[in-house]
Amino acid sequence: MPVISAEKAQSTYDVVIVGSGAGGGQTAYTLTMEGVKVLMLEAGRSFDPATEVAMFQLPSHAPLRGTKTPDKQYGFHDSSIHSGWDIPGEPYSNAGTKPEDQFKWWRQRMMGGRTNHWGRISLRNGPYDFKPRTVYGAGFDWPITYDDVAPYYDKVEMLIGVFGSNEGLENSPDSSPGVLLPPPKFRVGELYAQKHAPKAGMKVTPIHRAVLSVPQDAEKIPARLHPGNPKAQAILADSMRGRAPCFWATDCHRGCSIRANYDSQTVHLRPALATGNLDILPNAMAREVTLSKDGKANGITFIDKTTGQEGHVKGRVIVLAASSQESVRLLLNSKSTLFPQGLANSSGKLGKYITDSVGSSFSAHIPAFEGMPLHNEDGAGGPHAYVPWTQHALNRKGELGFPGGYHLEFNPGRHMPNMTVANGAERLAGRSGTSYGRQFKEDARRFYGCRIGFGAQGTMLPNDGSFCEIDPNLKDQWGIPVLRFHWKWTEHELNQVRHQQQRIAELLEALGGHFSKPPETDPLKAIRNGGTVIHEVGGAIMGADAATSVTNQWSQTWDVKNLFLADGAPFASTADKNPTLTIMALAWRMADHLMDELKKGNI
Amino acid sequence: MPPHVPLSAPLDRRAAIQWMLTATAGLSIPGTASAQAQSAAKSPIPPITAKGYGPDPDIVKIYNPGDVWPLTFTDAQRRTATALCDVILPADETSPAASAVGVPAFIDEWVSSPYPEQAPDRPLIIEGLDWIHAESQRRFQLPFPDLQPAQQTAICDDIAAAKPKPEHKKPAAFFKRYRDLTAGGYYTTPEGMKDIGYRGNVTSATFDGPPLEALKHVGLA
Ligand SMILES: Cc1cc2nc3c(=O)[nH]c(=O)nc-3n(C[C@H](O)[C@H](O)[C@H](O)COP(=O)(O)OP(=O)(O)OC[C@H]3O[C@@H](n4cnc5c(N)ncnc54)[C@H](O)[C@@H]3O)c2cc1C
Ligand code: SF4
Repeated sequence: MPVISAEKAQSTYDVVIVGSGAGGGQTAYTLTMEGVKVLMLEAGRSFDPATEVAMFQLPSHAPLRGTKTPDKQYGFHDSSIHSGWDIPGEPYSNAGTKPEDQFKWWRQRMMGGRTNHWGRISLRNGPYDFKPRTVYGAGFDWPITYDDVAPYYDKVEMLIGVFGSNEGLENSPDSSPGVLLPPPKFRVGELYAQKHAPKAGMKVTPIHRAVLSVPQDAEKIPARLHPGNPKAQAILADSMRGRAPCFWATDCHRGCSIRANYDSQTVHLRPALATGNLDILPNAMAREVTLSKDGKANGITFIDKTTGQEGHVKGRVIVLAASSQESVRLLLNSKSTLFPQGLANSSGKLGKYITDSVGSSFSAHIPAFEGMPLHNEDGAGGPHAYVPWTQHALNRKGELGFPGGYHLEFNPGRHMPNMTVANGAERLAGRSGTSYGRQFKEDARRFYGCRIGFGAQGTMLPNDGSFCEIDPNLKDQWGIPVLRFHWKWTEHELNQVRHQQQRIAELLEALGGHFSKPPETDPLKAIRNGGTVIHEVGGAIMGADAATSVTNQWSQTWDVKNLFLADGAPFASTADKNPTLTIMALAWRMADHLMDELKKGNI
Repeated sequence: MPPHVPLSAPLDRRAAIQWMLTATAGLSIPGTASAQAQSAAKSPIPPITAKGYGPDPDIVKIYNPGDVWPLTFTDAQRRTATALCDVILPADETSPAASAVGVPAFIDEWVSSPYPEQAPDRPLIIEGLDWIHAESQRRFQLPFPDLQPAQQTAICDDIAAAKPKPEHKKPAAFFKRYRDLTAGGYYTTPEGMKDIGYRGNVTSATFDGPPLEALKHVGLA
């Protein structure tokens, strides 16, 4: 079974999945490896990471030296197509007018979704992150504990390949022995930060990223992941052998044609296709989940973007993985006499409780780095180290004024130069006016690679002011009603950002950093807009009871037994950890449960 | 001596005079009715009609300025742009001059871009080049590329100053921006990368971390 066009779709499938990103990819993988017949609908075009990524191109090979434009909003060579905050023909709206009341929505319309260009940072949520009400007295407890998800974290990490180390940190859990790949050596800036961070009460440890630092163990892992399933083991072993380890050059956001890092096609869809149990229909924009008379989901109506025609596909089970807000939109747009407020919305909670990471950043010039002996600092195309959150004791006592915490990401070193690489060299040299000539060349050399910036990403618990609904007036180019967002920061997030700014400044001081302006004290100026950290989740949260949540602990909607969600929509809050590893772990867990229920004849 | 390139059109002179007026008036705020009227009146710069490269360009291909949208500079502007690039980033013992690695054509591509981020640079750079041209004619009766280095520096120093004279305010804004574009264009080429000390984008079997000298440099060994 292959990538197909609409007329090639079979009359019915066991499962229809919408979306081919992290969540859809993981679901398709788990199901097809166990013999389930799956159709995947993907709104974007086919895309081949092996031939279509520009790994080694220089900025000077691209228009405008590769800078961001409205057509390519992360830069020309970034592995994203039909992507961005604004996509022609696909609008959305915001109810609020002030910047801080706005939600910005990144979409990516291509096979593999955002997994083609994500940062591959793969941290586990910890025990506290699943129980914020119990631990901090705020937000909602998830209906599952860390222990429910831990085995799936192990499985996903083994499958996708994650480098990192076990540090025994509070609420940043270790992986089981033998699961993680060895972390790469730190760059000089990372080592320097590791030495000096303790002066500011912080700790620098290896980060976890979905990048192969060494080849995967194709002898042992397949048997651990698919016991008693020789066909799956053989397919997975093959897939693992087809992946090369990182060759320590190029930016992971551009994608990886040697398959050293995780993207959905490389790791999930290739083996899933090899089982013969998966059909993928690209250019299919799902518009509605259809229902049979007995109130079960029975298919998806979609627009075939190649012809503009509407089509319909049938399945016994429907899984939505179109990215959290897009899945919510599909459900809100699936109205019927049975569900006049949108499908699976008897609680009225559909669209509610959207969260994103709480972000702010601050940077400084580090004089100690000037005149550094030149060497190649590329490494694994992204950070090797990070600053985990360690102040749990303080905020459990309520001393910090916000729940959860935040971690700091940083990526120091001499990266491939871009358009801004020499800006401000004269200021650092203490010269006034605009430098030029030989002096400017010398200044540019002296100061390149001497800046460190830390970006904070923190916990956001749900609040009543952050939600989406269908805009009563606005439709996209296919006539599908679009989302209108409402966004509100609470005192929690604002207090957290104050703390972030203060603490980053202390850390930069500990590194001997010079900053040109003081840290921002107005949290509304420092905080990154809702959605702009691109960790948006929620909107169909899971819970212990059907009156206050949209899905149960299996991401199965309370109202429609054969309708599941496999993206971030069921998240009951954003941890200080990036969400994607958890999306995949929950998708795998959901798919196991779904197969159990199918076997038992419950759905 | 290279042949003189005459001021190509009365428009250029009008723009140059416009800049003097704006600068000496010192009160004109961009976006106000009068500033808009002034820029509408001169309109020496052809409007952009090209489209962008779209949301799904061939990213593996290698592009040159002019491949995706037409360039703008007149011959005179290109000559001025080239000379100015090389005053900003001259050749030295370790690396070539900016013009040798195609920076003037890149700046032409930049000011010819159909995207909003580059739009404000279009009049600033094109009128700025015309101003330089007019200024070197006025002071030295020669186009900028034909001046002696000291004469070129005399003009540049005026507009590179931290506190430029009122009549140099706008040319100074041009110079700052032109310098940044030149530097960006330069350091993103292979030669520029080498010069600034970027050693990456080459594969290796292992990543061994920093060398001992680098560790010593920051007190880690
Ligand atoms: C620049 C960047 C860096 C990031 N870095 C990290 C990181 O380091 N760590 C981390 O954990 N997360 C990171 N993220 C977030 C991460 O990419 C997402 O959390 C993750 O991809 C979500 O997976 P998903 O399957 O829900 O959605 P996606 O990966 O977005 O996939 C959804 C797919 O559904 C398709 N689709 C949408 N609507 C429809 C429809 N109506 N019909 C059919 N198909 C549809 C889309 O085309 C898309 O292919 C980053 C994101 C960005 C943009
Ligand atoms: S740095 Fe390594 S993992 Fe990342 S894109 Fe390059 S080769 Fe692939």
